[in-house]
Amino acid sequence: MNNDKPILEIEDLCVYFKVREGRRELRAVDGVSFSIGRSESLGLVGESGCGKSTVGNAIIGLTPIHSGHVRFDGKDMAGVSGRAQKRFRQQAQMIFQDPFGALNPRMSVGSSIREVLNVHKLVRGRSAQEARVAELLKAVGLEPEYAWRYPHEFSGGQRQRIGIARALALRPALIIADEPVSALDVSVQAQILNLMKELQEKMGLSYLFIAHDLAVVRYMCDRILVMYLGKIVESASSSELFARPAHPYTEALLSAVPDVDKGMRSRKNGSRRIVLNGDVPSPTETIPGCPFHPRCHRAKDICSRKVPETHKLGKGHVSVCHFAEELAG
Amino acid sequence: MSNDGNLLQVNDLKVWFGSPKDPIRAVDGITFSVHEGMTVALVGESGCGKSVTAMSLAKLVPSPAGFYAGGEILFDGRDVLKMTDKQLTEVRGGSISYVFQEPGSALNPVFRIGYQIGEAVKLHRRDADTHAETVKLMSMVGLPDPETRMKAYPHELSGGMQQRAMIAMALACRPKLLVADEPTTALDVTIQAQILELLKSLQADLGMAVLLITHNLGLVADIAHFVNVMYAGRIVESGDVEDVLMRPAHPYTRGLLDAVPRLENEGKKMKGIDGSVPHPGRLPQGCKFWPRCPKAQEACRGEEPGITTTDATEKRKPHSFRCYFPL
Repeated sequence: MNNDKPILEIEDLCVYFKVREGRRELRAVDGVSFSIGRSESLGLVGESGCGKSTVGNAIIGLTPIHSGHVRFDGKDMAGVSGRAQKRFRQQAQMIFQDPFGALNPRMSVGSSIREVLNVHKLVRGRSAQEARVAELLKAVGLEPEYAWRYPHEFSGGQRQRIGIARALALRPALIIADEPVSALDVSVQAQILNLMKELQEKMGLSYLFIAHDLAVVRYMCDRILVMYLGKIVESASSSELFARPAHPYTEALLSAVPDVDKGMRSRKNGSRRIVLNGDVPSPTETIPGCPFHPRCHRAKDICSRKVPETHKLGKGHVSVCHFAEELAG
Repeated sequence: MSNDGNLLQVNDLKVWFGSPKDPIRAVDGITFSVHEGMTVALVGESGCGKSVTAMSLAKLVPSPAGFYAGGEILFDGRDVLKMTDKQLTEVRGGSISYVFQEPGSALNPVFRIGYQIGEAVKLHRRDADTHAETVKLMSMVGLPDPETRMKAYPHELSGGMQQRAMIAMALACRPKLLVADEPTTALDVTIQAQILELLKSLQADLGMAVLLITHNLGLVADIAHFVNVMYAGRIVESGDVEDVLMRPAHPYTRGLLDAVPRLENEGKKMKGIDGSVPHPGRLPQGCKFWPRCPKAQEACRGEEPGITTTDATEKRKPHSFRCYFPL
């Protein structure tokens, strides 16, 4: 492997679904490009229905893509099949939101993890496999004896640890984590996030971290992409994005996070948060101009007429808004 | 009205499950109150007994699995636990109503939204014009275009809209107390912000009290006046939100605060609370939190600490906690 090149490059990825309603295609992901470096964590943020999970599914091949390239370690993986696909799936693993839904209730935890080893013929022989399972469970902070237990015997946080152990079984280079902590209690969220960070340092993993809570993403990620209606509307390093958000949608997302410090401050000075009107519109609708303008608190005339261009603000900070420079200050 | 404007006064409430000989003590002697027009939060991790507490306020804990082993719930001066079924029917949905976590499963999928909201009006306010009242409720909670939306089925609405419909239903009888059990946990942050603003403005307009049940102290900072922190069936700390969040006394409250991801501490390692809430049937000796507590000492394993209360001042309610070594 070459160490300077990004582990994953996505170029102009489009995922369309056919819908009967209006006989149009639904553009769930519409021209998304990004790359993830080795041992880097990239955050993908947006509301439900913005297409962020579809990006994850499309990368790993769970959803057929319409056009675009998915390059893993320099090789194009879009639409590959057979041995090459199997090899890719070993290298790129997924962690899901609902760990209970992701585990077979009728298989013990040990057999769930062993199944992965069997499919990819990575570790052969029962005793060698059992040793590997024990090692994995220890790595995620569980007792090796838990291999004999079933998913219902565990709490939500423990199940998510099992999901992580299974993802690690094949020694992947990239992990796609789709809302891995949003179903968990805050106290347990912190445990899982710390575990994921620790594993990253130990094993040099790269993460694509998909979530809707910016505070969580900031903790985990070096860089953040903000997605709205199938498109990336802003991307920047975490510190840059939080210091100088250059898209009104990012501003609104930041303002919506329930934060203790902010809450206490607004009690004192009565500051109010930006509340977005309405929901994410259906991706089958055509919105003239900027797709965000009907919900935008800064919308002006031009926004409903002209599609905004990509504004480069330096230091890799990019925003798709007519007023990007003004906002960034 | 009795109890100095206390709408709800819960005294030493015990809700146990299983056999009376060897009960599982889900809620074990909690005391708290809700003043008229105030927002009180009940905070804790899954399994700490906060939802059981919420259910018991309208005597909704399923029997015979669960039973009330002691204490009283005074609502408007009357003990809910001693009410007849007929009186309870009036209280449920009438003066105490609920909003639950998952609007998708709390709504009936085969009835139209308008019918479901109107049902509550029909049940409790026979003289009202159901249709007009439903439209009014729907516009009150910000469901756009009520006349057409009434005909929609739950699956045709988004999560945020479903939660608005649930709130409309809960408000149908102008309750004095709204119990919101994790009302925004299943929603996106942006929609969560909408629902919180809605609850705040409705409370200001209608003057109802809100009991907010949540595991997120970020929400508490945003909307509540008074907070009770629950652990293993007990209230371990309570006080004004400013007091508790700025100067927590109990290590558990500190732990919960540290676990909330903050926007402002970049790069700092997040602290979770090690381990998980003990099963209510297998509680440790002494302070229930000591196995997970970073400050635990020998004394914590002996006798369970009692409640320490600081003096109330004119402006502040007393700040109380159960800990031998407060921070």
